[in-house]
Amino acid sequence: MNRQSRFIISVLAFGYAFLYIPLVLVIVYSFNDSSIATVWGGFSTRWYGELLRNDQILDAALLSLRIALTSATMATVLGTMAGLALARFRRFRGRTLFSGMITSPMVMPEVITGLSLLLLFVTLQQLTGWPGQRGFGTITIAHTTFSMAYVAIIVQSRLMAMDESLEEAAMDLGGHPLRVIFDITLPLIAPAMIAGWLLAFTLSLDDLVIASFVSGPGSSTLPMYIFSKVKLGVSPDINALATLIILFISIGVLLSWLVARRRV
Amino acid sequence: MWRKAIIAAPYLWLLVFFLAPFAIVLRISLADPVIAQPPYSPTYSPDSFTFLLTDKLYAITYLRSVVMAAGATLLCLLLGFPMAYGIARCSPATRSMLLLLIILPFWISFLLRVYAWMGLMNNYGAINNLLMWLGVVDQPVQLMYTDFAIFVGLAYSYLPFMILPLYATLERMDLDLVEAAQDLGASRSRAFWDVTWPLARPGVIAGCLLVFIPAMGEYVIPYLLGGSESLLIGRVLFDEFFVNRDWPLASAVAVILLLLLVVPIVLLQRYQARDQEGTA
Repeated sequence: MNRQSRFIISVLAFGYAFLYIPLVLVIVYSFNDSSIATVWGGFSTRWYGELLRNDQILDAALLSLRIALTSATMATVLGTMAGLALARFRRFRGRTLFSGMITSPMVMPEVITGLSLLLLFVTLQQLTGWPGQRGFGTITIAHTTFSMAYVAIIVQSRLMAMDESLEEAAMDLGGHPLRVIFDITLPLIAPAMIAGWLLAFTLSLDDLVIASFVSGPGSSTLPMYIFSKVKLGVSPDINALATLIILFISIGVLLSWLVARRRV
Repeated sequence: MWRKAIIAAPYLWLLVFFLAPFAIVLRISLADPVIAQPPYSPTYSPDSFTFLLTDKLYAITYLRSVVMAAGATLLCLLLGFPMAYGIARCSPATRSMLLLLIILPFWISFLLRVYAWMGLMNNYGAINNLLMWLGVVDQPVQLMYTDFAIFVGLAYSYLPFMILPLYATLERMDLDLVEAAQDLGASRSRAFWDVTWPLARPGVIAGCLLVFIPAMGEYVIPYLLGGSESLLIGRVLFDEFFVNRDWPLASAVAVILLLLLVVPIVLLQRYQARDQEGTA
């Protein structure tokens, strides 16, 4: 083993330790009996019990799930249309603006997106009376807007990598363009749509800043609830909640990785 | 007809919910704050901008945000480049496992990952306990609520954004080129700077922009890990809006932040567009 590869291996080890040690410690401390989160007071699962009795957390989690399911589905529909337009319709008026609007939400700082959407909702309410109150609807619209960009990019790159000849053959045989899309294109890009949906779902569950801007009184999503608690410092029941989320997501990602690998 | 519909639905959505809001932000940044509902006047005045540009505190905060974001980007690059290089040189099976481990934290809640560092960097947290147990220090070192904590938090949260584009370019790179350079007598460092680095540059630029742009507006990390005096612009915007209820000033802060980010955002889009065409 030469000097270079030893260096690379130590950086890799350090990098992965850097990424994972904080998460492992959260998991370890979630089983801490002490109510002072940083002092070890013996093994206990009592914080998990407290979680189940905490109605606020359950309400917030339910609201987050409803928003994530709705916005991921809307983002997948709109994002797939956008991806199709970008990959298959080479020229149309306003294409540059369109592709700019697709990629910008992904890099836009969240405070700007959140502020601008809230001001839009306030203005709309003054002009039209809608939205009467902010909450589920406004957060869902906000999440759809930024996550449809991710779906569009995933679908677009899948379409770009794909051979167009199947679609062309179907058209040559007299298939109606819409039928070609539904019978040929969509089944072929289904894996990309599923990947996009999952990403949109996760991004929605994860968002704190944008939801804080566009939600109204009385509707807190799960990240908003967690933030309001961790502002005050480390707390043992958040450790337990974090552990559940970390394990749940890790298992999901690992499973989908294994499934994807077997198919290849 | 059907073609128009496919384009129009996402197009209209983005016009209404992405582009129009910016016009409104710009409009409100040019109003005066008033005590009313909503708290801005229907008149036009450049006062928020003159205030922002003359008050030194805001200039310092913008500058601090640029420096912190740039520092975190550099940290990510220094750690991410050798990691991406190492991953790209592994066998395909190991590679996909290692990549999965890079992507996994990205799927886990951002907020919870920042939270994890609160427990680590606490005065009685894991790092201080370890240092005291080793006898390196005999009193807890103040880690939380410092700029150091913000740097670590930013680097930790955005490291995957650096590694993935770097990996993508390094994996495509032909290793024979480096070998050929060395066979022709180039030293190892010469081969790196003359061959590897130029070939990796698109990935380096994309990775740096993907870290720098969101880090500039970061709110959660400075709020949870930074001290109350370590102001960054994302937090100032949030506080002007929610705490001081000065909507015009918050909008003006957003407009100037956006102007600062226009160049990096356009650069990133050009690189991504080129990448898309390249794989097509």
